[in-house]
Amino acid sequence: MTPTLATIFVPRDSGALSLGADRVAAAIAAEAARRAIAIELVRNGSRGLYWLEPMVEVATAGGARVAYGPVGSADVPSLFDAVFLTNDPAAHPLAQGPVEQIPYLARQRRMVFARMGVTDPLALDDYITHGGFRGLARALELSGAAIVAEITRANLRGRGGAAFPAGIKWKTTLEQADPVKYVVCNADEGDSGSFADRMLMEGDPFLLIEGLAIAGLAVGAVQGFIYLRSEYPHALRTLTAAIATARERGYLGSSVCGGGRAFDLEIVVGAGSYICGEETAMLESLEGKRGMVRFKPPVPAVAGLFGRPTVVNNVVTLASVPAILEHGGEAYNQLGIGRSRGTIPLQLAGNVARPGLVEAPFGLTLRELIHDFGGGTRSGRPLRAVQVGGPLGAYFPAAMLDLPIDYEAMAEAGGLLGHGGVVVFDDTVDLARMARYAMEFCALESCGKCTPCRIGSTRGAELLDRVIRARGDGANLQLLRELCDTMAAGSLCALGGLTPTPVLSALKHFPEDFGLAAAPT
Amino acid sequence: MDSSETWDKDAVAAIVAALKPAPGALMRILRRVQDELGWVPPPALPMIAHELNLSRAEVHGVATFYHDFRHAPPGRNVIRLCRAESCQALGAEALADHVRARLGVGFGETSADRAFTLEPVYCLGNCACSPAGVINGNPLGRLTPARFDDALERLLRR
Ligand SMILES: Cc1cc2nc3c(=O)[nH]c(=O)nc-3n(C[C@H](O)[C@H](O)[C@H](O)COP(=O)(O)O)c2cc1C
Ligand code: SF4
Repeated sequence: MTPTLATIFVPRDSGALSLGADRVAAAIAAEAARRAIAIELVRNGSRGLYWLEPMVEVATAGGARVAYGPVGSADVPSLFDAVFLTNDPAAHPLAQGPVEQIPYLARQRRMVFARMGVTDPLALDDYITHGGFRGLARALELSGAAIVAEITRANLRGRGGAAFPAGIKWKTTLEQADPVKYVVCNADEGDSGSFADRMLMEGDPFLLIEGLAIAGLAVGAVQGFIYLRSEYPHALRTLTAAIATARERGYLGSSVCGGGRAFDLEIVVGAGSYICGEETAMLESLEGKRGMVRFKPPVPAVAGLFGRPTVVNNVVTLASVPAILEHGGEAYNQLGIGRSRGTIPLQLAGNVARPGLVEAPFGLTLRELIHDFGGGTRSGRPLRAVQVGGPLGAYFPAAMLDLPIDYEAMAEAGGLLGHGGVVVFDDTVDLARMARYAMEFCALESCGKCTPCRIGSTRGAELLDRVIRARGDGANLQLLRELCDTMAAGSLCALGGLTPTPVLSALKHFPEDFGLAAAPT
Repeated sequence: MDSSETWDKDAVAAIVAALKPAPGALMRILRRVQDELGWVPPPALPMIAHELNLSRAEVHGVATFYHDFRHAPPGRNVIRLCRAESCQALGAEALADHVRARLGVGFGETSADRAFTLEPVYCLGNCACSPAGVINGNPLGRLTPARFDDALERLLRR
């Protein structure tokens, strides 16, 4: 066998697959065989530079990884010519230069996503070589209370949407006397515009496993569950394989890393219900029931799954834990602004030229995110609206892009940061229709427990149909406002309670779409 | 709801027997039935209820709560299109019009020749490659009517 001339990386991320990455990988293997060039083909995760996907990286002996994208299978022969026949591979029209120097990536601060796209997601040794399991090693030396203290010092807040301090939640569960406790990972990622959880599970599954194991050690749980949405079959496959490997290698099981404490994981797949992302509905679903939201108290940390004390955390929250243990809570707490500490993986989507994953300390403005990273709209038309934080988040106008990415700042502006999804719209958007969609979505996904949510959302969609047919009819708009008040005040959870956010923000910032005079800018 | 279709009783019985001991088994059983049979046959519900010692109403309640569970068998090809905000921002509505016309079915419907079932989905987590869809489990991104037609042709050629 001739020595390997190059390692070629083609992502296995489902986003890359949706753009033909498998066909590109097959073409690369065939081309290498045809030319009798020995290559190693690695299926890595995605770097999150999705406008360049399928993004192929080539590492020749000792050299930096050079990126090409977006690559189609037809580009493969010319790519081989450039890499193996010329001494100027950067001359290829799809060449993007050394991947780490691409400004979109170079300007990020990747902590949670540090390994994303760098490694083969299922190669455990790769994970270890790139710093994996150091947080767990440290946790194994600490008491549960000491682990919780690190998380508290980090001021890590839940990334699933509610931004609740993880340390308080963990401490509550730790203090429960019940001998049986659980850790549940919320991998329901229902917010449209979000994909950080998916990328992590497909691209760095051992990181989530490590975070979960640390959580288990911290609170004294020996069993963890990952509630995974059914829309993520690739994540299911990758996580399943990673859990099996982690178990084989002693990172999960009856004695985690030989430390004498047990922890194991099971994946439970959802069935297409958005409300099952709400933690108590999720627990009901895990118990095999309809996903009906529970009254609180008791909070899950006290009485959760099967009535046992249960920590429920989002994928990104748990994936942030290993680095906090490794470097200490204080180092993490140094990053960010105000009460939003650390980094947040933002997800840039919709009508934007460079959509993708941007991890940065809190404090970046929407403008920096959308213009500097995102390059403005994909259509080239003027940006008109941005929805931040998923289907329950506000629509902001272009004039508000200087808002910083910060939980409190978003709330003050009448919105929320949620899971960090940012969806961009150009000037062809009709905000009355988007408001209608928000109501329709609420009606579709309501668990049915509260009348204002269940019935109100259906009425809201009908009302908005009338608004759209007869824009400017003040009576309809008055009714809409009252309905939103009723939903906000009379709903048990944030689905009914916050559906008014996209509706009223659309009405406030884009009154002309409802037939009213334009808002002063 | 068409419950007159034939369904594989033995397969369902085997799934129930395998998963019954797990706490919270009902969701997992329904999930597995759907994954293996492609639908959750309504006549299977009383049997599942009996085996799990649950009321029929409870099992029916769970089977109808979740959007994934189909109450009739799907067509030979299942096409899912995302209808959420990010995809809307890049023309998902026009794409949906095209797909409906091309397949001759609406959302939630199966074509008369049983070749296609079209389903809506609210986010596939592929928002950075909107508009997104799935054909028979294979993800598709940056869809346009033309790209959809290409993917469909590749499928039909197989
Ligand atoms: C309607 C609704 C949907 C939700 N969907 C999700 C979700 O998909 N993923 C998630 O992590 N949290 C979701 N949440 C938040 C969870 O209820 C809960 O706050 C979270 O899982 C706690 O984990 P964290 O503190 O790590 O964020 C949702 C909440 C509501 C009200
Ligand atoms: S607000 Fe809606 S989704 Fe939430 S508990 Fe009430 S009915 Fe259920």
